[in-house]
Amino acid sequence: MKKWLKDEWVSQFVDTSLPIVAALGAFALGAVMLLFFNVNPFEAYGALIRGAFGSWNSVAETLVKATPLLLVGIGICISFRGDVINIGGEGQMIVGAILGTFVGLNLTQLPGWLGIVLAFLGGFVGGAIWGGIPGALKAYFNVNEILSTVMMNAIAVQLMNFLLRGPMIDPAQAELASKIPQTARLQDAFHLPRWVPTRLHLGSLIAVVLAILVYILLWRTVLGYRIRAVGQSPHAARYAGIKVKQSVVLALLLSGAFAGLAGVTKVYGVNYRMITDGSASGFTGSAGFNGIVAALFGQLHPIGTIPASILFGGLLVGANKMQRVMQIPSALITALNGLVVVFVVSSEVLRQRRQRHRLAEKMKEVSQNEGGVPDDDSREVGG
Amino acid sequence: MISDLFSATVLVGILASGIRLATPYLYAALGETFSQRSGVLNLGVEGQMLLGAFAAFYVAFTTGNLWLGMLAALIVGAMMGLAMAFVTVNLHAEQGISGIGFYLFGLGMSDLLFQKVLGTVETVKGFPKVNIPYLSDLPVLGKILFQHNILVYIAFALVPISWFVINKTTLGLKIRSVGENPEAADSLGVSVARVRYFTVILGGAMSGIAGASQSIALLNVFQQNMTSGLGFIAVALVYFGAWRPAGVMGGALIFSMVNSLQLWIQVLGIPIPSDIAVMMPYILTILVLMSSASGVRSPSALTRPFEREE
Repeated sequence: MKKWLKDEWVSQFVDTSLPIVAALGAFALGAVMLLFFNVNPFEAYGALIRGAFGSWNSVAETLVKATPLLLVGIGICISFRGDVINIGGEGQMIVGAILGTFVGLNLTQLPGWLGIVLAFLGGFVGGAIWGGIPGALKAYFNVNEILSTVMMNAIAVQLMNFLLRGPMIDPAQAELASKIPQTARLQDAFHLPRWVPTRLHLGSLIAVVLAILVYILLWRTVLGYRIRAVGQSPHAARYAGIKVKQSVVLALLLSGAFAGLAGVTKVYGVNYRMITDGSASGFTGSAGFNGIVAALFGQLHPIGTIPASILFGGLLVGANKMQRVMQIPSALITALNGLVVVFVVSSEVLRQRRQRHRLAEKMKEVSQNEGGVPDDDSREVGG
Repeated sequence: MISDLFSATVLVGILASGIRLATPYLYAALGETFSQRSGVLNLGVEGQMLLGAFAAFYVAFTTGNLWLGMLAALIVGAMMGLAMAFVTVNLHAEQGISGIGFYLFGLGMSDLLFQKVLGTVETVKGFPKVNIPYLSDLPVLGKILFQHNILVYIAFALVPISWFVINKTTLGLKIRSVGENPEAADSLGVSVARVRYFTVILGGAMSGIAGASQSIALLNVFQQNMTSGLGFIAVALVYFGAWRPAGVMGGALIFSMVNSLQLWIQVLGIPIPSDIAVMMPYILTILVLMSSASGVRSPSALTRPFEREE
C-alpha cells in the first residue's frame, strides 16, 4: 500500500510537469532552428531571459505584457473547462476595449475612480456580448463555436477600423493626412495608477485578483460546478438536471467578458487611447491567441495561469531584446508558442491515458482487497 | 462616384478580379473538404498557407522557376499536414486547439524566415495571363472568365474533380465512411489512420498551393501575415458549402466578389466606408451557418479521434 502511494505521488508529479517538458521540447526545437541561422542558442536564449527578467524595469514590462494574457487566459479556463473552444479572444478584446474607451471619452465629468470602474464594466459587457453571441449560436442554432468566434474576430476588426477611422477618430488625426486609426487620449484622471518609473499598472493586480475569483467561481460555486460538469460530459450533466444550453452560453459569455477586460487594461493602463495599425494584432498584440497558450500551459487552472502568463509575457518582452542583441526576429517566439500549444495538447492525451490507467489499477486493487487474499498472479498485475 | 460602379467596364472588372481572388479560397477550402470529410478538422490552414506562400515565393525568387516554387509550396504544405496528421491521428490531440498551434507556428515561422532570408519585400514576375483561344475573345464573358493565370483555371477545374473523387471513386467512399462511421469502416478493413493521413496531407498540400497562388500569382510579393485570416475563412467555407465542392465554390465566390468590390471602391475613390462592406461576408457566413446547421449534417465523426478496440 505504501509503495502504491509513492507511485501515485510520482505519477502526479510527472503529470504536472508534462507541460514543462513539452515547452522544453519546443525550445529545443527552437535551438535547432537557431543553429540553422548560425546563432548560438545559449546566447540567444540568454538574451531572451535577461530581456525578460534581467532588471526591475524588464520584470515590470514582463508583468505589463502578462496582464492581458492572464485575463484572456482565465476566460479560456472557463470556456475550455465548459466544453467550449473560444478562439475569439482577439475580437472580444477589441469590442471590450471599444466600449470601455467609449465610456472614458464620453463620461468626462466623473471622478477618476468611478470612470475607471465604469470603463471596466463597459469592457466586461463588450466582451460578454462578443462571446455571448457565439455561445447562443452554439446552444440554440448548433453553430460550431470555433468558426463563429473566428468570424466574430474578423467582424470586430472591421468594426474597430470603421470606428477608429470614422466616428471615434482622434480629432487631431482627423485633420492630418496620415489619419492613424486611434482615438483621442483619455484624460489623466482615468489613467490606471502606475508604479513609476516603470509602466507596471494597477491592471496587473486586478488581473491576479480576478484569477483567484475565477478559481473560486469554477471550484467553489454551483455555477462553476455546472460549467465543469457540462465540460466533463454534456449527456451526464443533462441527466443530472443541469441546463446544458444555458451553461454553454454562460461559459462563452464569461470567457469573452474577461477578454474584454484585457482590452480595457491595454487602453487604460498602457496606451491611454485605443490605437491600431488596421489589423487585430495591431491593437491586441495577439494576446487573444497567446492567452490560449498561457491557459493551456497553466493546465486550464486560473491559478496555474498566473505563472504561465508571466512566463509567456516574459517571452514576448525578452524576444524584443533578443531581436536587438542577436538579430533574431521576435517572430521566433510566435513560432515557439505554436509548438508549445501543439506539444501541450498532444501530451494532454498522454496524461488522460495515464489517469485512466491509474484508475483501472486502483479499481483492480480495490476489487482484490474485497475478494480476500489475492493470489500471486494478480498481485503481480496490481503492483 | 457611385455611378462609376455601374459602368460596364467597372462591372466586368469587378467580376473578373472576383473570379481571380477566389483562387486561394478554392485551393484551401477544397483541401479542407477532404480532411473534414474524413473526420479531421484542420484549423492550421492559415499557417500552412503562410509557409506555402513563403516557400513558393522564395524558390521562385531565387531560381526564377515558378513551377519549382509551386512544388516547394506543395511539399511544405504536405509536411505541415503530415505533422497535423500525426498529432491528431496518433496522439489524439484535440483538433481545434492543435490547429491553432500550427497556425501560430506557421505565422511565426514564415515571418522569421522572411526577415532572416529575404530581409525586404521583393517582387517576382508571377504566373502570366493565359488567354483561352477563341473563348477569351467573347464579349464580356471572355474578359470575366477566360483571361486569367493558369492557377485560376486549375482551381476551378478542381471543383468537379473533387466532387468526382469524393462521390464516385472507391477512395472517396473510404474517405466518407471513415468520416461518418470509423468503427464500421475499420471493421470492413479500411485503415482509418491511413485514410486520415492521406486527406490531412492532401489538405496541407493544397493549403500550401493556396498560399503560393497568393505569393506568386495574385500579388507576386511575400509579406508578413499576408494571408490575413483567409485560411480561417477557407475552413468556414467548408461548413458554408455543406461539405460539397460546389457549395464551397459558391461560398468562395461570395467572399472574393465582395473583396473585389471593396478593392474597386477604393480604386475609384468612392467615399463609402469599405470596412462595413468587408464585414458583410462574415455576417453572411454566420447566418448561413445558423440556417444550415439544423438542416445539413456534418460528417458524424468530425473532430472525433478514432481508437481501435483491441
